[in-house]
Amino acid sequence: MRVTFLYWEGCPSHEEALARLRRVLEEEGVEPSVEVVRVDTEEDARRWKFVGSPTILVEGEDVAPAPGAPYRLTCRAYVLEDGRISPLPSVDQIRAAVRRARAARETPNR
Amino acid sequence: MANVKVGDPAIPFRLPGVDGREHALEDYRDREAVVVIFSCNHCPYVRAWEDRMVAIQRDYAPRGVQFLVISSNDPLQYPEDSFDRMKERAREKGYNFPYLFDETQEVARAYGAQRTPEVFVFDRQRRLRYHGAIDDNYEDPRGVRHHYLREALEAVLAGKEPQTSETPPVGCTIKWRREPASRASS
Repeated sequence: MRVTFLYWEGCPSHEEALARLRRVLEEEGVEPSVEVVRVDTEEDARRWKFVGSPTILVEGEDVAPAPGAPYRLTCRAYVLEDGRISPLPSVDQIRAAVRRARAARETPNR
Repeated sequence: MANVKVGDPAIPFRLPGVDGREHALEDYRDREAVVVIFSCNHCPYVRAWEDRMVAIQRDYAPRGVQFLVISSNDPLQYPEDSFDRMKERAREKGYNFPYLFDETQEVARAYGAQRTPEVFVFDRQRRLRYHGAIDDNYEDPRGVRHHYLREALEAVLAGKEPQTSETPPVGCTIKWRREPASRASS
């Protein structure tokens, strides 16, 4: 499974987010190899379509899609299942994205 | 590293608030303690903690504690941190403290603030007694083990030194202007 972790050093949560991601991948039996991308400039942000740190892509899909959000160096706000705001995606959000990607891979196209 | 160290006096300021008034540190000289918090609208760490800010101000206001919350972010880079949006946020979240706009960023620079939120607790003599984070768990209020700000206020109100006087502020960086700017005239 292709997993990409994008972060900006200006936000302090990225190490915890990466550890959380790796833990979920392990629990889901997914090879915990993650492409880690450090986004340093506004140009990087535009190139990676980076809407904030941290951003996690599973098979290219954001674990919490943010349509219309500007591409920029910022800390990202995740809306958790209970409506609270967090700088990190929850375990359940990451897990759901992994399971969606797995289901999509296992479901024949035709 | 903040410019104001534990034991240092508070640096005076006067800033416009979202309530249409100017607020100076000196206006609150009768309070037992003043808590200056550098904050903003857009930062998810602030958004994760802001209900706790409101709750702590509510709990400690009867004991003479006054919060003064300041946004110093550059609204050109972060339009959601504009003064108009600050007014909206204060209304939406029921802020029970002055929410002040440090347009020139002079106050943040004077204090040496770097993050949002970043807390400075001053005692009756307006000496710094605590600097850092609100507590040790931005993500889950129920998972907090160390209520740094509440513990500091309890100590200060009892005339004691807080057990923890310094923690690393955890949050977004303050968004500095790209070019120096003079303060707007009105």
